[in-house]
Amino acid sequence: MIGLNHYLIVAGLLFAIGLIGVIRRRNLLMLFFATEIMLNAANVAFAATSHYYNDLSGQMFAFFIIAIAASEVAIGLGLLILLYKKQGTLDLDDLATMKG
Amino acid sequence: MFEQIAFYLFSFLTIGLFLVTVFSNNILYAMTSLAAGMVLIAGFFFLNGADFLGVVQIIVYVGAVMALYAFGMMFFNVTKVVKEKNTSNLLVLFLGVSIALLMVIMFLSPIVPEAIFASVPPEPNATNPEAVGMVLFSKYLVPFEVSAVMLLIAMIGGIILAGKKMDQSLTKIEDEIISEKDVK
Repeated sequence: MIGLNHYLIVAGLLFAIGLIGVIRRRNLLMLFFATEIMLNAANVAFAATSHYYNDLSGQMFAFFIIAIAASEVAIGLGLLILLYKKQGTLDLDDLATMKG
Repeated sequence: MFEQIAFYLFSFLTIGLFLVTVFSNNILYAMTSLAAGMVLIAGFFFLNGADFLGVVQIIVYVGAVMALYAFGMMFFNVTKVVKEKNTSNLLVLFLGVSIALLMVIMFLSPIVPEAIFASVPPEPNATNPEAVGMVLFSKYLVPFEVSAVMLLIAMIGGIILAGKKMDQSLTKIEDEIISEKDVK
């Protein structure tokens, strides 16, 4: 029988994968992908908790997380396009222009 | 039985696809596997009886967000691989797993399982979309409206950020003019 712990372990694994992506990648677009993975891991945990405690609050928070992710992508891609027009690259290390 | 088969299938496939997303050097592969993983995450939601959430996941993530990424990728030169100065993989693995574990312990340890009670139990005779609608438009009405305003702000912000100089096509003008513009 699949319990709540199974879902939480899968969510933790997905969150760790997303975190590894955020730490490891230097490509800004990949950083956005890794952020999406982390948000989805949180959504899985919310939905599973909501099911096993017979409470709808978890699903509500998952909805709001999806709304936040959508607006984050809209703003973030706009900023990425501006950055790409300005610098011609998506490398995270090229952003370090304020070194003293 | 079927629940177990579905759970393990979904979890192995999602973890594999997201690993491809994180470790692939080709952005196209990463985006495709991310979209496939999102569909399988919707499978988790259906398993948990959150039908409406699963449909929203497919529509918003796989439809809107992935289409937005695909449009955004057309602005970038994706065939050119970004040379990444990688830090040590073992260190990154250790850091990622330990930070994730730390966050789980930080946020979950104060919550004793007996202290969790259902504050918003679903209506007994309603299907999942009906119950979600009842709760969303009664208890969570204010956050719902605020998130609507947030989406509007994000839309206007996206248009203003990305829409500058959209009347000039970057592909039709010569490279020198682009570099002159960059200097300005």
